[in-house]
Amino acid sequence: MDELKKTILDYVRREYLEEGDERELKTDTPLITGGIVDSFSMVSLKRFLERKYAVKIPDADATPEAFNTVDSIVELVERFKAVEV
Amino acid sequence: MYAMEILEEKRLCNIGSYEERLREFDWAIAEKEMGWGRGDPLNIGWHLTDRICRLGLAKKPALLWEGSDGRERTYTFGDLRLLSNAVAAALSRLGLRPSERVCLFLDRVPELYIAFIGILKMGGIVQPLFSAFGEESLLTRLLDAGTAAVLTQKKHLPKLRRIRAKLPALRTVVVVDAEGFALRDGEVGLDLDSEPRPERFPIFPATAETPSILHYTSGTTGQPKGAQHVHRSLVSQYLTAKWVLDLRSDDVYWCNADPGWVTGTSYGIIGPWSNGITQAVLDSGFGADRWYGFIERRRISVWYSAPTAIRLLMREGTETAKRHDLSSLRHLASVGEPLNPEAVHWSREAFGLPFHDTYWQTETGCIVISNYPGMPVKPGSMGKPFPGITAAVLDPTTLEPHEERGRVGVIGLRPGWPSMIRGYWNNPDGYAKKFTNGWYLTGDRATVDADGYFWFVGRDDDVINTGGHLVGPFEVESALLEHPAVAESAVVAKPDPVNMEVVKAFVALKPGFTPGPDLELEIMNFVRKRLSPIAMPQEIAFVASLPRNRSGKIVRRVLRALEWGEPVGDLSTLMED
Repeated sequence: MDELKKTILDYVRREYLEEGDERELKTDTPLITGGIVDSFSMVSLKRFLERKYAVKIPDADATPEAFNTVDSIVELVERFKAVEV
Repeated sequence: MYAMEILEEKRLCNIGSYEERLREFDWAIAEKEMGWGRGDPLNIGWHLTDRICRLGLAKKPALLWEGSDGRERTYTFGDLRLLSNAVAAALSRLGLRPSERVCLFLDRVPELYIAFIGILKMGGIVQPLFSAFGEESLLTRLLDAGTAAVLTQKKHLPKLRRIRAKLPALRTVVVVDAEGFALRDGEVGLDLDSEPRPERFPIFPATAETPSILHYTSGTTGQPKGAQHVHRSLVSQYLTAKWVLDLRSDDVYWCNADPGWVTGTSYGIIGPWSNGITQAVLDSGFGADRWYGFIERRRISVWYSAPTAIRLLMREGTETAKRHDLSSLRHLASVGEPLNPEAVHWSREAFGLPFHDTYWQTETGCIVISNYPGMPVKPGSMGKPFPGITAAVLDPTTLEPHEERGRVGVIGLRPGWPSMIRGYWNNPDGYAKKFTNGWYLTGDRATVDADGYFWFVGRDDDVINTGGHLVGPFEVESALLEHPAVAESAVVAKPDPVNMEVVKAFVALKPGFTPGPDLELEIMNFVRKRLSPIAMPQEIAFVASLPRNRSGKIVRRVLRALEWGEPVGDLSTLMED
């Protein structure tokens, strides 16, 4: 697993998964539809990504679909990292 | 809507002619249909299950449930009757007594819906709490209610364990998925699949005024208040579900709301099931394709949603909707915050139907102002008072009704309808303050137009309505002060295109702490975990000091006005820095 995926996966596990939640979190686990991250919490996750990777994700692109899995989040970050460059 | 469509809808819908209903209204209409006479025992739990089974509907599906992982379960009204008997018997065995508070701290799993009924059957007071609440929110509410038992899932157990020592009244924690899990003293497992299902349970002979549900709601000052409902609320919830949501025997109904909030109990449990209606529940977060797929697969016909969800769907465009067969939908309604006209127009385009806005509060227990089927929807308006509800716009100074069309005032309601709460738990003064001149003061401001439609303007206080949930600034400010870096804080509503309002915090730091994005994120997550994602500030402004009046009180109105681009008003009473 590449570093970007691992960092985001670890962050989601640490910040959003309840302590007693035994679900295995993988990069394709649904976060929003799976009830792990809700639309309010998405704001803090977006803030983390923007800080960590020095990108600006426009609100219009920060959709529940785009945040639904670690895979889709990585895609989003890479898209905007490319724009920054 | 076109005139012919309205005429046709009026002919077919349950409410029929709104004007005629207004003229001839009596809550006895509902009581008669429910087979209940004043003075008779009245237990909501019995009405939702045993009565429906007696009507010959025991084999009719009551709950079509889907989990976020794709699991599916179906329960008939007969199943609900026996399983709620099982919960009632189990709680009685555990020593729970009538009038004790039993909290449901569960995701939208079937056990939540079944236990809700079971608690009422044994005479307990149900205290539903949103399962995303952090331990501080949980502690405040359980402590205030003196809760005797909590039903929960193992994933939420750590939060309860961390605060348990501070809850002397809490005797039992019931874990509904405890199989293979190491429980501690004071914790028991309850597996509904293996629990005996008693054919008969001696249902508690509640009366109309017996307390039934305790929903916590936020105010401007102090901690959240426990809104105390009684079993007679059923009368209002039965009839409004039938007339406003237009529920009919062959409907499959979907209410998005979580039963941690009043919509999720009044219209996510009591309203539909007292009418013998099949309802579908999706225990899943938002996802446009997921939701449309659910409507398509379950053939949902009546959908009760919320403006925030509708605006999120709008962002996905009509193309996403059109990829699904949504032809089963026939009536749409919305609640929680004002529904903007664009959302009504968009829903016509996406679904061929308008969303009907409905207005009510935790305290009212039922819909009190609404757009009705068979009546033209004025996009952006709240609609008209439900028959049997007297609503008026009160002059903000005199708190007397005024008749001037278009002039802003406070919405007042004449108390007396069945589902109005009977008090705030442990807080009679707080309840008394909600009434003036014989009116219940909603705290919401509105105007009325020449046709008698109400139009929402905003709150009359500092309470923040975010995504249809009320957040009290005091509770968030208190949580912020627990963060080691925060010296003082003020919390206000900030306008938001999706959630109508979001929480914004102004924070002054203690010496030695440096403002910056890392600290902002740290504080956001701190509040999210202590209170809930809803209460988390979506933005934090670090300031040197906060505006105070001469008695030293922080003046939120100045900060709020700046956020909304409104005049800040009289500043002469503020202290100078």
